[in-house]
Amino acid sequence: MAGDKVDPVHQFVVNKIVPIEIGGIDFSFTNASLFMVATLVVAVGFLYFTTSSRAVVPGRLQSVSEMSYEFIASMLREGAGSHGMKFFPMVFSLFMFILTANMLGMIPYFFTVTSQIIVTFALALFVIGTVLVYGFYKHGFGFLNVFVPSGVPGILLPLVVAIEVISFLSRPISLSVRLFANMLAGHITLKVFAGFVATLGTMGAVGIGGAILPMIMTVALTGLEFLVAFLQAYVFAVLTCMYLNDAVHPGGH
Amino acid sequence: MFVTAAYAQSTTTEGTETHDAAAGEVHTETGVAHEGGHGSGVFPPFDQSTFASQLLWLAISFGLFYVLISKVILPRIGGILEARSGTIARDLDDAARSKAEADAAIAAYEQDLAAAKAKGNAIAGEAREAAKAKAAAERAAVEAELNDKITAAEVRIADIKAKALADVGAIAEETAAAVVEQLIGKASKAEIAAAVKATAK
Repeated sequence: MAGDKVDPVHQFVVNKIVPIEIGGIDFSFTNASLFMVATLVVAVGFLYFTTSSRAVVPGRLQSVSEMSYEFIASMLREGAGSHGMKFFPMVFSLFMFILTANMLGMIPYFFTVTSQIIVTFALALFVIGTVLVYGFYKHGFGFLNVFVPSGVPGILLPLVVAIEVISFLSRPISLSVRLFANMLAGHITLKVFAGFVATLGTMGAVGIGGAILPMIMTVALTGLEFLVAFLQAYVFAVLTCMYLNDAVHPGGH
Repeated sequence: MFVTAAYAQSTTTEGTETHDAAAGEVHTETGVAHEGGHGSGVFPPFDQSTFASQLLWLAISFGLFYVLISKVILPRIGGILEARSGTIARDLDDAARSKAEADAAIAAYEQDLAAAKAKGNAIAGEAREAAKAKAAAERAAVEAELNDKITAAEVRIADIKAKALADVGAIAEETAAAVVEQLIGKASKAEIAAAVKATAK
Protein backbone atom coordinates (compact mmCIF):
# COMPACT_ATOMS: atom_id res chain seq x y z
CA MET A 1 0.00 0.00 0.00
CA ALA A 2 2.84 2.34 0.84
CA GLY A 3 4.37 1.57 -2.51
CA ASP A 4 1.12 2.49 -4.16
CA LYS A 5 1.40 5.95 -2.74
CA VAL A 6 4.92 6.72 -3.82
CA ASP A 7 4.62 5.42 -7.34
CA PRO A 8 4.22 8.65 -9.31
CA VAL A 9 3.20 6.96 -12.55
CA HIS A 10 0.30 4.93 -11.23
CA GLN A 11 -2.01 7.92 -11.67
CA PHE A 12 -1.61 7.69 -15.45
CA VAL A 13 -2.64 4.05 -15.72
CA VAL A 14 -5.75 3.51 -17.80
CA ASN A 15 -8.14 1.11 -16.15
CA LYS A 16 -11.06 -0.55 -17.86
CA ILE A 17 -14.44 0.14 -16.33
CA VAL A 18 -16.69 -1.42 -18.97
CA PRO A 19 -14.77 -3.71 -21.30
CA ILE A 20 -15.88 -3.29 -24.90
CA GLU A 21 -14.25 -5.05 -27.81
CA ILE A 22 -15.22 -4.46 -31.42
CA GLY A 23 -13.57 -6.43 -34.20
CA GLY A 24 -10.71 -7.51 -31.98
CA ILE A 25 -9.89 -3.90 -31.05
CA ASP A 26 -10.22 -2.79 -27.46
CA PHE A 27 -12.70 0.10 -27.18
CA SER A 28 -13.34 -0.32 -23.45
CA PHE A 29 -14.91 2.46 -21.42
CA THR A 30 -11.98 3.30 -19.15
CA ASN A 31 -11.23 5.80 -16.42
CA ALA A 32 -9.82 7.99 -19.20
CA SER A 33 -13.14 7.76 -21.04
CA LEU A 34 -14.97 8.52 -17.81
CA PHE A 35 -13.02 11.72 -17.31
CA MET A 36 -13.46 12.76 -20.92
CA VAL A 37 -17.20 12.47 -20.41
CA ALA A 38 -16.85 14.24 -17.06
CA THR A 39 -14.97 17.06 -18.77
CA LEU A 40 -17.76 17.33 -21.31
CA VAL A 41 -20.47 17.35 -18.64
CA VAL A 42 -18.69 19.78 -16.30
CA ALA A 43 -17.74 22.28 -18.98
CA VAL A 44 -21.08 22.24 -20.81
CA GLY A 45 -22.98 22.19 -17.53
CA PHE A 46 -21.07 25.16 -16.20
CA LEU A 47 -21.47 27.21 -19.37
CA TYR A 48 -25.13 26.24 -19.66
CA PHE A 49 -26.33 26.80 -16.12
CA THR A 50 -24.33 29.96 -15.42
CA THR A 51 -25.99 31.60 -18.41
CA SER A 52 -29.49 30.28 -17.71
CA SER A 53 -30.71 33.54 -16.15
CA ARG A 54 -29.58 35.51 -19.21
CA ALA A 55 -29.19 38.52 -16.95
CA VAL A 56 -28.39 41.88 -18.51
CA VAL A 57 -26.27 42.62 -15.46
CA PRO A 58 -24.35 39.35 -15.07
CA GLY A 59 -23.63 37.58 -11.81
CA ARG A 60 -20.17 36.30 -10.99
CA LEU A 61 -20.48 32.92 -12.65
CA GLN A 62 -22.23 34.32 -15.71
CA SER A 63 -19.35 36.80 -15.95
CA VAL A 64 -16.91 33.89 -16.01
CA SER A 65 -18.72 32.31 -18.96
CA GLU A 66 -18.98 35.62 -20.79
CA MET A 67 -15.34 36.42 -20.10
CA SER A 68 -14.20 33.08 -21.50
CA TYR A 69 -16.32 33.77 -24.59
CA GLU A 70 -14.88 37.24 -25.13
CA PHE A 71 -11.37 36.08 -24.20
CA ILE A 72 -11.32 33.45 -26.93
CA ALA A 73 -13.17 35.68 -29.40
CA SER A 74 -10.62 38.48 -29.06
CA MET A 75 -7.73 35.99 -29.14
CA LEU A 76 -9.00 34.51 -32.39
CA ARG A 77 -9.76 37.92 -33.90
CA GLU A 78 -6.26 39.13 -33.13
CA GLY A 79 -4.64 35.86 -34.23
CA ALA A 80 -6.53 35.08 -37.42
CA GLY A 81 -8.49 38.23 -38.26
CA SER A 82 -12.24 38.53 -38.73
CA HIS A 83 -12.18 35.80 -41.42
CA GLY A 84 -10.91 33.41 -38.79
CA MET A 85 -14.05 33.88 -36.67
CA LYS A 86 -15.72 30.95 -38.42
CA PHE A 87 -13.37 28.77 -36.35
CA PHE A 88 -14.59 30.31 -33.11
CA PRO A 89 -16.60 27.24 -32.00
CA MET A 90 -13.57 25.03 -32.65
CA VAL A 91 -11.07 27.17 -30.73
CA PHE A 92 -13.53 27.74 -27.91
CA SER A 93 -14.25 24.01 -27.65
CA LEU A 94 -10.54 23.16 -27.63
CA PHE A 95 -9.76 25.76 -24.99
CA MET A 96 -12.66 24.85 -22.71
CA PHE A 97 -12.12 21.12 -23.12
CA ILE A 98 -8.39 21.28 -22.34
CA LEU A 99 -8.86 23.79 -19.52
CA THR A 100 -11.59 21.74 -17.90
CA ALA A 101 -9.66 18.49 -18.34
CA ASN A 102 -6.54 20.08 -16.81
CA MET A 103 -8.46 21.55 -13.89
CA LEU A 104 -10.32 18.28 -13.21
CA GLY A 105 -6.93 16.58 -13.22
CA MET A 106 -5.83 18.80 -10.35
CA ILE A 107 -8.39 17.19 -8.04
CA PRO A 108 -6.74 14.34 -6.10
CA TYR A 109 -7.52 10.83 -7.38
CA PHE A 110 -8.92 12.27 -10.60
CA PHE A 111 -7.53 11.12 -13.92
CA THR A 112 -5.89 13.74 -16.11
CA VAL A 113 -7.16 13.26 -19.65
CA THR A 114 -4.53 15.57 -21.13
CA SER A 115 -1.65 13.60 -19.62
CA GLN A 116 -2.17 10.97 -22.34
CA ILE A 117 -0.04 11.65 -25.41
CA ILE A 118 -2.60 10.04 -27.68
CA VAL A 119 -5.29 12.49 -26.53
CA THR A 120 -3.16 15.59 -27.00
CA PHE A 121 -1.83 14.26 -30.27
CA ALA A 122 -5.34 13.63 -31.53
CA LEU A 123 -6.35 17.18 -30.60
CA ALA A 124 -3.24 18.59 -32.30
CA LEU A 125 -3.94 16.52 -35.43
CA PHE A 126 -7.49 17.83 -35.39
CA VAL A 127 -6.11 21.37 -35.45
CA ILE A 128 -3.50 20.71 -38.15
CA GLY A 129 -6.00 18.67 -40.15
CA THR A 130 -8.45 21.55 -40.06
CA VAL A 131 -5.70 23.93 -41.19
CA LEU A 132 -4.74 21.66 -44.10
CA VAL A 133 -8.28 20.86 -45.23
CA TYR A 134 -9.51 24.42 -44.98
CA GLY A 135 -6.33 25.84 -46.47
CA PHE A 136 -6.44 23.65 -49.57
CA TYR A 137 -10.24 23.93 -49.87
CA LYS A 138 -10.14 27.73 -49.73
CA HIS A 139 -6.92 28.52 -51.58
CA GLY A 140 -6.16 25.40 -53.61
CA PHE A 141 -2.46 25.16 -54.33
CA GLY A 142 -2.16 28.79 -53.26
CA PHE A 143 -2.12 27.38 -49.78
CA LEU A 144 1.44 26.21 -50.49
CA ASN A 145 2.43 29.88 -50.26
CA VAL A 146 2.48 29.23 -46.55
CA PHE A 147 5.88 27.60 -47.11
CA VAL A 148 7.24 30.49 -49.18
CA PRO A 149 7.77 33.60 -47.11
CA SER A 150 7.73 36.77 -49.18
CA GLY A 151 10.84 38.90 -49.50
CA VAL A 152 13.39 36.06 -49.33
CA PRO A 153 16.30 36.19 -51.82
CA GLY A 154 16.16 33.49 -54.50
CA ILE A 155 19.33 31.74 -53.38
CA LEU A 156 18.06 31.25 -49.85
CA LEU A 157 14.59 30.19 -50.96
CA PRO A 158 15.16 26.38 -51.10
CA LEU A 159 16.67 26.46 -47.62
CA VAL A 160 13.89 28.64 -46.21
CA VAL A 161 11.19 26.50 -47.80
CA ALA A 162 12.78 23.38 -46.35
CA ILE A 163 12.83 24.99 -42.90
CA GLU A 164 9.20 26.09 -43.27
CA VAL A 165 8.12 22.57 -44.27
CA ILE A 166 9.94 21.03 -41.31
CA SER A 167 8.49 23.61 -38.94
CA PHE A 168 5.02 22.93 -40.32
CA LEU A 169 5.43 19.18 -39.92
CA SER A 170 6.71 19.57 -36.38
CA ARG A 171 3.69 21.62 -35.34
CA PRO A 172 1.39 18.73 -34.40
CA ILE A 173 4.24 17.14 -32.47
CA SER A 174 5.21 20.28 -30.57
CA LEU A 175 1.58 21.18 -29.96
CA SER A 176 0.73 17.79 -28.51
CA VAL A 177 3.97 17.12 -26.64
CA ARG A 178 3.92 20.56 -24.99
CA LEU A 179 0.54 19.96 -23.40
CA PHE A 180 1.14 16.30 -22.63
CA ALA A 181 4.62 16.81 -21.13
CA ASN A 182 3.52 19.75 -19.00
CA MET A 183 0.63 17.88 -17.48
CA LEU A 184 2.61 14.67 -17.07
CA ALA A 185 5.68 16.27 -15.53
CA GLY A 186 3.63 18.49 -13.25
CA HIS A 187 1.58 15.62 -11.89
CA ILE A 188 4.65 13.42 -11.44
CA THR A 189 6.49 16.17 -9.57
CA LEU A 190 3.50 16.80 -7.35
CA LYS A 191 3.17 13.11 -6.63
CA VAL A 192 6.88 12.73 -5.87
CA PHE A 193 6.94 15.59 -3.38
CA ALA A 194 3.66 14.53 -1.82
CA GLY A 195 5.15 11.01 -1.63
CA PHE A 196 8.12 12.41 0.30
CA VAL A 197 5.76 13.95 2.81
CA ALA A 198 3.96 10.65 3.35
CA THR A 199 7.16 8.60 3.52
CA LEU A 200 9.00 10.98 5.86
CA GLY A 201 5.88 11.37 7.99
CA THR A 202 6.08 7.70 8.97
CA MET A 203 9.66 8.06 10.25
CA GLY A 204 9.01 9.63 13.64
CA ALA A 205 9.74 13.12 14.92
CA VAL A 206 12.79 13.79 12.75
CA GLY A 207 10.90 12.60 9.72
CA ILE A 208 7.94 14.82 10.45
CA GLY A 209 10.34 17.75 10.84
CA GLY A 210 11.96 16.86 7.56
CA ALA A 211 8.59 16.48 5.88
CA ILE A 212 7.90 20.18 6.26
CA LEU A 213 10.10 21.11 3.31
CA PRO A 214 8.45 18.81 0.75
CA MET A 215 5.09 19.82 2.22
CA ILE A 216 5.83 23.46 1.42
CA MET A 217 7.02 22.40 -2.03
CA THR A 218 3.82 20.44 -2.60
CA VAL A 219 1.65 23.41 -1.69
CA ALA A 220 3.68 25.75 -3.89
CA LEU A 221 3.68 23.26 -6.76
CA THR A 222 -0.08 22.85 -6.50
CA GLY A 223 -0.45 26.58 -7.08
CA LEU A 224 2.00 26.41 -9.93
CA GLU A 225 0.14 23.48 -11.45
CA PHE A 226 -3.13 25.39 -11.46
CA LEU A 227 -1.31 28.13 -13.33
CA VAL A 228 0.17 25.61 -15.76
CA ALA A 229 -3.25 24.01 -16.25
CA PHE A 230 -4.65 27.35 -17.40
CA LEU A 231 -1.55 28.40 -19.25
CA GLN A 232 -1.31 25.23 -21.32
CA ALA A 233 -4.95 25.51 -22.37
CA TYR A 234 -4.25 29.14 -23.29
CA VAL A 235 -1.07 28.27 -25.22
CA PHE A 236 -2.88 25.52 -27.10
CA ALA A 237 -5.64 27.94 -28.07
CA VAL A 238 -3.23 30.72 -29.06
CA LEU A 239 -1.19 28.39 -31.24
CA THR A 240 -4.39 27.04 -32.77
CA CYS A 241 -5.31 30.62 -33.69
CA MET A 242 -1.88 31.17 -35.23
CA TYR A 243 -2.04 27.99 -37.29
CA LEU A 244 -5.58 28.81 -38.40
CA ASN A 245 -4.26 32.19 -39.52
CA ASP A 246 -2.05 30.32 -41.98
CA ALA A 247 -5.11 28.57 -43.36
CA VAL A 248 -7.05 31.83 -43.68
CA HIS A 249 -4.18 33.99 -44.98
CA PRO A 250 -1.54 31.67 -46.50
CA GLY A 251 0.58 34.49 -47.93
CA GLY A 252 0.50 36.63 -44.84
CA HIS A 253 3.92 36.05 -43.40
CA MET B 1 8.24 -1.88 -5.32
CA PHE B 2 4.84 -3.25 -4.42
CA VAL B 3 3.34 -1.27 -7.17
CA THR B 4 4.08 -3.98 -9.66
CA ALA B 5 1.25 -6.05 -8.34
CA ALA B 6 -1.19 -3.20 -8.38
CA TYR B 7 -0.10 -2.07 -11.76
CA ALA B 8 -0.09 -5.54 -13.17
CA GLN B 9 -3.58 -6.12 -11.78
CA SER B 10 -4.84 -2.98 -13.37
CA THR B 11 -3.69 -4.12 -16.75
CA THR B 12 -4.09 -7.88 -16.45
CA THR B 13 -7.07 -7.81 -18.77
CA GLU B 14 -4.44 -7.82 -21.44
CA GLY B 15 -3.50 -11.24 -20.15
CA THR B 16 -0.50 -11.91 -22.35
CA GLU B 17 2.78 -13.47 -21.43
CA THR B 18 4.73 -10.40 -22.51
CA HIS B 19 2.91 -8.60 -19.80
CA ASP B 20 4.95 -10.11 -17.00
CA ALA B 21 8.10 -8.93 -18.61
CA ALA B 22 6.53 -5.55 -19.18
CA ALA B 23 5.46 -5.32 -15.56
CA GLY B 24 8.97 -6.11 -14.51
CA GLU B 25 10.19 -3.16 -16.44
CA VAL B 26 7.80 -0.72 -14.85
CA HIS B 27 10.27 0.40 -12.23
CA THR B 28 13.09 1.12 -14.54
CA GLU B 29 10.67 3.00 -16.73
CA THR B 30 9.23 5.03 -13.93
CA GLY B 31 12.74 5.76 -12.76
CA VAL B 32 13.49 7.23 -16.13
CA ALA B 33 10.22 9.06 -16.10
CA HIS B 34 11.41 11.10 -13.13
CA GLU B 35 14.18 12.55 -15.16
CA GLY B 36 12.98 12.84 -18.69
CA GLY B 37 9.39 11.73 -18.84
CA HIS B 38 10.49 9.23 -21.45
CA GLY B 39 9.51 5.66 -21.70
CA SER B 40 8.48 2.94 -24.03
CA GLY B 41 5.75 0.38 -24.28
CA VAL B 42 4.55 0.08 -20.74
CA PHE B 43 4.86 3.59 -19.45
CA PRO B 44 1.09 4.19 -19.14
CA PRO B 45 0.77 7.23 -21.44
CA PHE B 46 2.64 5.28 -24.11
CA ASP B 47 0.70 2.08 -23.65
CA GLN B 48 -0.56 1.54 -27.18
CA SER B 49 -3.19 -0.96 -26.11
CA THR B 50 -5.22 1.93 -24.69
CA PHE B 51 -4.92 4.16 -27.74
CA ALA B 52 -7.89 2.83 -29.69
CA SER B 53 -10.24 3.17 -26.75
CA GLN B 54 -8.95 6.63 -25.87
CA LEU B 55 -9.30 7.82 -29.45
CA LEU B 56 -12.83 6.49 -29.71
CA TRP B 57 -13.98 8.04 -26.46
CA LEU B 58 -12.18 11.29 -27.18
CA ALA B 59 -13.91 11.45 -30.54
CA ILE B 60 -17.27 10.79 -28.89
CA SER B 61 -16.85 13.19 -25.99
CA PHE B 62 -15.05 15.96 -27.83
CA GLY B 63 -17.36 15.63 -30.82
CA LEU B 64 -20.40 15.92 -28.60
CA PHE B 65 -18.71 18.78 -26.74
CA TYR B 66 -18.05 20.59 -30.02
CA VAL B 67 -21.63 20.16 -31.16
CA LEU B 68 -23.06 21.36 -27.84
CA ILE B 69 -20.69 24.32 -27.73
CA SER B 70 -21.36 25.46 -31.29
CA LYS B 71 -25.11 24.78 -31.30
CA VAL B 72 -26.14 25.66 -27.74
CA ILE B 73 -23.54 27.44 -25.65
CA LEU B 74 -22.04 29.96 -28.05
CA PRO B 75 -25.35 31.19 -29.54
CA ARG B 76 -26.62 31.49 -25.98
CA ILE B 77 -23.70 33.58 -24.68
CA GLY B 78 -23.51 35.54 -27.93
CA GLY B 79 -27.22 36.29 -27.60
CA ILE B 80 -26.76 37.51 -24.04
CA LEU B 81 -23.88 39.78 -25.05
CA GLU B 82 -25.83 41.10 -28.03
CA ALA B 83 -28.91 41.75 -25.93
CA ARG B 84 -26.74 43.61 -23.45
CA SER B 85 -25.08 45.82 -26.06
CA GLY B 86 -28.57 46.43 -27.51
CA THR B 87 -29.88 47.44 -24.10
CA ILE B 88 -26.93 49.72 -23.54
CA ALA B 89 -27.37 51.35 -26.95
CA ARG B 90 -31.08 51.83 -26.28
CA ASP B 91 -30.39 53.35 -22.88
CA LEU B 92 -27.85 55.70 -24.41
CA ASP B 93 -30.41 56.73 -27.04
CA ASP B 94 -32.96 57.37 -24.30
CA ALA B 95 -30.44 59.45 -22.41
CA ALA B 96 -29.58 61.45 -25.53
CA ARG B 97 -33.27 62.06 -26.21
CA SER B 98 -33.88 63.14 -22.64
CA LYS B 99 -30.94 65.51 -22.87
CA ALA B 100 -32.29 67.00 -26.09
CA GLU B 101 -35.66 67.50 -24.38
CA ALA B 102 -34.02 69.15 -21.43
CA ASP B 103 -32.01 71.39 -23.74
CA ALA B 104 -35.18 72.38 -25.59
CA ALA B 105 -36.89 73.16 -22.29
CA ILE B 106 -33.95 75.30 -21.22
CA ALA B 107 -34.02 77.16 -24.55
CA ALA B 108 -37.78 77.78 -24.25
CA TYR B 109 -37.34 79.01 -20.70
CA GLU B 110 -34.59 81.37 -21.75
CA GLN B 111 -36.72 82.66 -24.59
CA ASP B 112 -39.61 83.30 -22.19
CA LEU B 113 -37.24 85.02 -19.83
CA ALA B 114 -35.94 87.28 -22.60
CA ALA B 115 -39.50 88.12 -23.70
CA ALA B 116 -40.51 88.93 -20.14
CA LYS B 117 -37.46 91.16 -19.74
CA ALA B 118 -38.26 92.98 -22.96
CA LYS B 119 -41.87 93.43 -21.85
CA GLY B 120 -40.71 94.72 -18.49
CA ASN B 121 -38.38 97.18 -20.16
CA ALA B 122 -41.20 98.37 -22.43
CA ILE B 123 -43.54 98.90 -19.46
CA ALA B 124 -40.85 100.81 -17.58
CA GLY B 125 -40.12 102.93 -20.65
CA GLU B 126 -43.80 103.73 -21.10
CA ALA B 127 -44.15 104.67 -17.46
CA ARG B 128 -41.09 106.87 -17.70
CA GLU B 129 -42.42 108.58 -20.84
CA ALA B 130 -45.84 109.13 -19.24
CA ALA B 131 -44.26 110.62 -16.13
CA LYS B 132 -42.07 112.85 -18.27
CA ALA B 133 -45.05 114.04 -20.32
CA LYS B 134 -47.09 114.70 -17.20
CA ALA B 135 -44.24 116.65 -15.66
CA ALA B 136 -43.82 118.67 -18.85
CA ALA B 137 -47.55 119.43 -18.99
CA GLU B 138 -47.58 120.53 -15.38
CA ARG B 139 -44.58 122.70 -15.94
CA ALA B 140 -46.22 124.26 -18.99
CA ALA B 141 -49.40 124.95 -17.00
CA VAL B 142 -47.45 126.53 -14.16
CA GLU B 143 -45.48 128.62 -16.63
CA ALA B 144 -48.65 129.78 -18.37
CA GLU B 145 -50.19 130.73 -15.04
CA LEU B 146 -47.08 132.62 -14.08
CA ASN B 147 -47.09 134.39 -17.45
CA ASP B 148 -50.74 135.37 -16.88
CA LYS B 149 -49.87 136.72 -13.47
CA ILE B 150 -46.92 138.62 -14.94
CA THR B 151 -49.13 140.07 -17.65
CA ALA B 152 -51.77 141.08 -15.12
CA ALA B 153 -49.11 142.68 -12.96
CA GLU B 154 -47.68 144.54 -15.96
CA VAL B 155 -51.18 145.75 -16.85
CA ARG B 156 -51.69 147.00 -13.33
CA ILE B 157 -48.28 148.65 -13.34
CA ALA B 158 -49.16 150.31 -16.63
CA ASP B 159 -52.53 151.48 -15.19
CA ILE B 160 -50.85 152.85 -12.11
CA LYS B 161 -48.21 154.50 -14.24
CA ALA B 162 -50.83 156.04 -16.55
CA LYS B 163 -52.86 157.14 -13.58
CA ALA B 164 -49.75 158.66 -12.00
CA LEU B 165 -48.85 160.35 -15.23
CA ALA B 166 -52.41 161.70 -15.48
CA ASP B 167 -52.16 162.99 -11.92
CA VAL B 168 -48.85 164.56 -12.93
CA GLY B 169 -50.78 166.47 -15.72
CA ALA B 170 -53.37 167.72 -13.25
CA ILE B 171 -50.72 168.80 -10.79
CA ALA B 172 -48.81 170.57 -13.60
CA GLU B 173 -51.99 172.34 -14.64
CA GLU B 174 -52.68 173.45 -11.10
CA THR B 175 -49.06 174.55 -10.65
CA ALA B 176 -49.04 176.28 -14.03
CA ALA B 177 -52.37 177.98 -13.24
CA ALA B 178 -51.00 179.13 -9.90
CA VAL B 179 -47.79 180.35 -11.54
CA VAL B 180 -49.70 182.13 -14.30
CA GLU B 181 -52.16 183.70 -11.80
CA GLN B 182 -49.21 184.96 -9.81
CA LEU B 183 -47.60 186.43 -12.93
CA ILE B 184 -50.55 187.87 -14.83
CA GLY B 185 -53.36 187.89 -12.35
CA LYS B 186 -55.69 185.64 -14.07
CA ALA B 187 -55.57 182.43 -16.10
CA SER B 188 -57.80 180.59 -18.50
CA LYS B 189 -58.18 177.09 -17.36
CA ALA B 190 -58.53 175.70 -20.88
CA GLU B 191 -55.45 177.45 -22.22
CA ILE B 192 -53.31 176.29 -19.39
CA ALA B 193 -54.50 172.65 -19.85
CA ALA B 194 -53.65 172.85 -23.56
CA ALA B 195 -50.29 174.31 -22.82
CA VAL B 196 -49.47 171.66 -20.23
CA LYS B 197 -50.52 168.97 -22.61
CA ALA B 198 -48.33 170.40 -25.34
CA THR B 199 -45.26 170.54 -23.11
CA ALA B 200 -45.86 167.09 -21.72
CA LYS B 201 -45.75 165.67 -25.19
